[in-house]
Amino acid sequence: MGLILAILLPLRRPRGVPAADADAELVARLRAGDEQAFVALVARHHAAMLRVAGSFVPNAAIAEEVVQDTWLGVLRGIDGFEGRSSFRTWLLRILVNRARSTGVREHRSVAVGDAGPAVDRSRFDASGAWMSPPQHWVEDSDDRLLAEGLADQLQAALDELPARQREVVVLRDVDGLSGREVCDVLEISEANQRVLLHRGRSHLRQALESELGGL
Amino acid sequence: MFWQRHELVCQEMVELITDYLEGTLSRSQRRRFEAHLAACENCTEYLQQMRATIRLTGRLRAEDMAPAMREELTDLYRRWRAEEE
Repeated sequence: MGLILAILLPLRRPRGVPAADADAELVARLRAGDEQAFVALVARHHAAMLRVAGSFVPNAAIAEEVVQDTWLGVLRGIDGFEGRSSFRTWLLRILVNRARSTGVREHRSVAVGDAGPAVDRSRFDASGAWMSPPQHWVEDSDDRLLAEGLADQLQAALDELPARQREVVVLRDVDGLSGREVCDVLEISEANQRVLLHRGRSHLRQALESELGGL
Repeated sequence: MFWQRHELVCQEMVELITDYLEGTLSRSQRRRFEAHLAACENCTEYLQQMRATIRLTGRLRAEDMAPAMREELTDLYRRWRAEEE
């Protein structure tokens, strides 16, 4: 379904000022009425916001609306932002609340424990030992992701996760939030966050093994 | 207690792996997890695959914002400023 077109970026993150400090400085300038600070904040966070919004609503047009609406909420609320959480956490909470209130995608209330095992039971023998062990694929997987269009496959596997797993995996592993931040943004417990992360990552691992394994 | 002493099997390992990576296993669970890893090539491979999965997922990024969107948001800012004043 690929709501958001995946591209690959180099692994290394840019050096320089830590992200939270850069945000704090931009927030201070925004409060002082600096339009360029707003533009800079948009540039820093917009792509991640679209990705997160996209995991709540059914299409890119609605995701864009939600993101725009969120920026308006930021402008209106920035004077009340007390900095108890990071700017990013605060921003994403506004976003998640707006996305949820569009109510377009029903929240499938799958009990988190019911999502099945991390690895299919048939791959273990009666004693619980591997019978059909993991196929090798880790070597060169970065290059192969780039060379063989596997980013699309991985994106597709991410898109097909149950909504709550996808939200957690996107925030943790694509956007790089900490577990604590994800709990704050989605308003879920740490235990719940870990279970959703576990199911989601396990599914993506299986998808990669299916694509890359057996060579 | 029995459950504290029995050795972990592979099928349990794959369910504990996120707690292991998140650092939320108790000390004794962690010891048992690592004892199993030391003796099990397949679970060691599985752990490497989970780490690789996390790394590869981190390389998915949305495309940069379209210039039109950037303009729209700059307009949004200006309209908001105008309302405020």
